[in-house]
Amino acid sequence: MIEYNRFILENGLRVLVHEDNSTPMAVVNIMYNVGARDEMPNKTGFAHLFEHLMFGGSINIPEYDEPLQRAGGDNNAYTTNDITNYYCTLPAENIETAFWLESDRMLSLAFSEKSLDVQRKVVCEEFKEHYINKPYGDVWHKMRALAYKVHPYKWMTIGKELSHIENATIEEVKAFFAKHYCPANAILVVAGKVKTEDIKNLAEKWFGVIPSGIKYNRNIPKEPQQTEARFLEVKANVPLDAIIKTWHIEARLQKGYYVADIITEILGGGGSSRLFQSLVKEQKIFSNLDCYHFGTIEEGLLTIEGKLVKGIKMEDAEKAINNELQKFIDEPATETELTKAKNKTESVIAFEDMSVMSRAGSLALYELLGDANLINTELSKYNSITVEDVKEYSKKIFNTTNSNTIHYYSNN
Amino acid sequence: MLNRKEAPPIVDTVNLNLQLKHAEKFTLDNGVDVYAVNAGAQEVIMIELVFFAGNSYEEKNIVAATTNFMLKNGTKNKTAFAINEHFELYGSYLNRNCYNETATLTLHTLTKHLHNVLPTMEELLMESIFPEDELAIYKQNQKQRLAVNLKKCDFIANRLIDEYLYGIQHPYGKYTSTIDYDKIEREELITFYEKFYKKGNCILFVAGKLPTNIQQQLNNVFGKLPFNKKQINQPTHHAQPSIEKKYNIINDANGVQGSIRIARPFPNRHHEDFMKAQVLNNIFGGFFGSRLMANIREDKGYTYGIHSYLQNHIQQSAWMISTEAGRDVCKPTINEVYKEMKLLQTKLIDAEELDLVRNYMIGGLLGDLDGPFQIIARWKTYVLNNLTEAYFYNSINTIKTVTAEELQELAKKYFNEEAFYELTVV
Repeated sequence: MIEYNRFILENGLRVLVHEDNSTPMAVVNIMYNVGARDEMPNKTGFAHLFEHLMFGGSINIPEYDEPLQRAGGDNNAYTTNDITNYYCTLPAENIETAFWLESDRMLSLAFSEKSLDVQRKVVCEEFKEHYINKPYGDVWHKMRALAYKVHPYKWMTIGKELSHIENATIEEVKAFFAKHYCPANAILVVAGKVKTEDIKNLAEKWFGVIPSGIKYNRNIPKEPQQTEARFLEVKANVPLDAIIKTWHIEARLQKGYYVADIITEILGGGGSSRLFQSLVKEQKIFSNLDCYHFGTIEEGLLTIEGKLVKGIKMEDAEKAINNELQKFIDEPATETELTKAKNKTESVIAFEDMSVMSRAGSLALYELLGDANLINTELSKYNSITVEDVKEYSKKIFNTTNSNTIHYYSNN
Repeated sequence: MLNRKEAPPIVDTVNLNLQLKHAEKFTLDNGVDVYAVNAGAQEVIMIELVFFAGNSYEEKNIVAATTNFMLKNGTKNKTAFAINEHFELYGSYLNRNCYNETATLTLHTLTKHLHNVLPTMEELLMESIFPEDELAIYKQNQKQRLAVNLKKCDFIANRLIDEYLYGIQHPYGKYTSTIDYDKIEREELITFYEKFYKKGNCILFVAGKLPTNIQQQLNNVFGKLPFNKKQINQPTHHAQPSIEKKYNIINDANGVQGSIRIARPFPNRHHEDFMKAQVLNNIFGGFFGSRLMANIREDKGYTYGIHSYLQNHIQQSAWMISTEAGRDVCKPTINEVYKEMKLLQTKLIDAEELDLVRNYMIGGLLGDLDGPFQIIARWKTYVLNNLTEAYFYNSINTIKTVTAEELQELAKKYFNEEAFYELTVV
C-alpha cells in the first residue's frame, strides 16, 4: 500500500505528497499533460524539443542545472507520446531549491534564441544517433505510420522528420508554453523524506501565485477501427531479414489493456514463453523474438517482432507466427501460464516500488489518468484476469483485419 | 513579496554525515564468504554468486562467456525450458553475466519465493550439462546478433579503443568474431565449468529484506558445495598497447555520425591519484554540468551527449572520453576535447565551480546509497578490488578537501594530448 496525501492549490495545481522516511532524499516530480500526441502533423517532435528548452533558463534564473547541482541534486526529464515528465532528486534538506527552480520555469521561460538554436542541433543529433545511424532504426517510424491513419500516435516522440525540428521558431515555443505549461495542466508529486505540512507551505509559497492558465481540452481524432490487414515491404542495408507485426489494443484503463499485458507475458515474456520456446528454440526460425506493448494512454499496439535465422524464408516465418497465434486461440493459456504471468507482474511492481523516484512518477501518471489510488489497485486488476478472458481477448485482437505487418528485408 | 531571483538557502552537502551501511559478513560451512545487507521496505531479495570465472581465466576466446551464458540451458534433470519456467513461475529473475575477472549468477525474487528457487540455483551450479543442440542455437543466434552489432559505429568503436589500450591478447582488449563462435566446443565448456564453477572460488552477496534465517537457508543450499577447496590464481596478462595513436575508420560510407573515443591508460583504484582523478573527471566530463557537456553539447550542439569516465577495471584502468557527434563536426569535437584538457592544465578551477562539483558528488553519493541493492553493489566493488570501507570514507574526504592546485597538477600529469589514443568510427 502506497500512502499519499493530495491537495489542490487555488490555481488548479494538483499536489501529491508521498512520505517515506527511510530515504535521506526527496524527489520533486512534475508531470505536464502534454505529449507528442498534442502536436500538429507538420510540426512533429515539438513536445520533446520543448522539453530540452525547459533547461535553457527561466524568467528569473539564468541556469536551471547549476543551482540544483550545487544543492547536491540531479535531474532529468522525458517526453512520451502522452506526457512530459520532469523530476529531480536531492538531499531532503535542500528541497526548497527544487521548488524555486520548478516554479520559476512554470511561471515563464527565458525563451532564449541561443538555447533554441543549440537544442535544435542537439535533438537532431539525438534523432540521428537513435533512428538514422542504427540498423532497423526506422522501423517504428514506418510501423506507426502504417498502423495509425488518423491518430497522432502515427509519429514518434522524436518527430517524423529532421526538418520539423530544424524549422521550429521561438514564436512556436512561446505559444506551446502558454498553452500547456501552467498549473491547470500540471501535477506535482513530492516524495521521500518530507512532511505534508511543509510541502503545503512550500507549494503555496512558490507555485500558489502562478496564474492558473487555461485547462487544455484534448481534442484528438479517434483512430477508426481497422478493417483490413495492412502490409509494408522494406529493403534496407541491414544484415538480417526481420518481421514486425502489430495489433490494436484497448486504452490504458480498459480491461483489454490488462489482458493484453498478460498476453504479452505469456507469448514473449521470458525464456519459457510460448513464442520464444516454439519459434526460437524448437523451430529455429528466429534468432530473437519479442512480444510487448508500449503502455500508451490511448488505444495502443501489441507488437511481435523478430529477426529471421539466415536461410529462413519470410513467408515461412510469417506463417510460423500466425500458426502460433492460431494455436493460442485454439488451445488457450493454461492456469500455469496465467499464474506465471501474474507472479511476474507482482514481482515487477515490487521491484519498481523500491525506488522512491519510480513511486513518484507512478503517482503522477495515475493522477493524470484520473485517480492516484490506481497505484494501489493495479495488481488486483491483473489478478482478476481469467483464462477465459485471455482466450476471448486473443480471439478479438489477433484478427487479420486488425493486423499491421512489415517485412523488413536485408539487401546485403 | 517573493524574490525569485534569489536562491533559497541550502545545506552544503559536504557537511552531511554520510555513512555506508555496514554489510554483515559470515562464512558458510565450506568457507564461502557472504556479505549481506538487510534493508529496504519491499519484500524483495537479491542473491549474487560471484565466481572467479571471467574471461581472464579462459585459454580460448569466449569460453568463459559461453559457459556462463549456458548455465541456464540444461541440467541432468531439467531442460532449458523447465529451468526458465521454474524461475518465471515464481516471478523470479535469474541472470548471469561474465566480466573480465568474475562471472556471476544473480537471482532477484520476492522474499516469499526464495525457498522455492534457491535449490534450483544449486542444481545449475552442480549439474549443468551444456547440451549440444542448445550450444548450436546459441552460436547461431550470437553470430546473427554480432552481424547486426557490427553495423553500429559505437559498437565498433568500443571494441577498437580497448584493443588499442590493452592489445587483442589481453582480457580487457579482446573481442569476439564469428570464427570464435564456430570454434567453440561443448567439451571446453564442461572443462571450464568443472574447474571454475563446480570446484571454483566463490563469494556471495545478498541484499534486500532478508528473512531471519537467511544464513541457514544459504548454508543449507550452498554451504555443502565443493567451492573454495583450493585457491585459483589468476593468470598474468600484460597489456600490449598499440604504438599508433590516431585512427579513422569508415564502417558505413553513408553514416551520418561518428563515434569518437579518446582514451589513455590509467592506474587502478589503489593508485594515489585515483580518487582525485574522479573529482577532476567530474569537472571535465563526468556529469551533465561538466565542461565537455557545457561546451560541446550545450554551447555548440555537436552531440546529444559527451562523457568522460575511468574504466571500471580491477587490474588497470583507462581514462576515456566518449561521444557520438555529427559526421561533419567530428574533427571540431575532438579539437574542443583537447582544448578543455589544456584549459584544466593552464588555468586553476575557480572556487565556485569546485564547490559545485563537491556538492554534486556528495549529493550523488547520498542518492547512490539509497536502497539495499545500491549499498551491496558498493560493498561488492570494495571486496572485488581488495579494498575496505575505509576507501568510502577516504573518497568522501578527497571530494571535500582536494584543492584546485592538486587538480591542476593532475591535469598536467595526465591530460597530455600525445598520451591519448584517438579514434573516430563513421
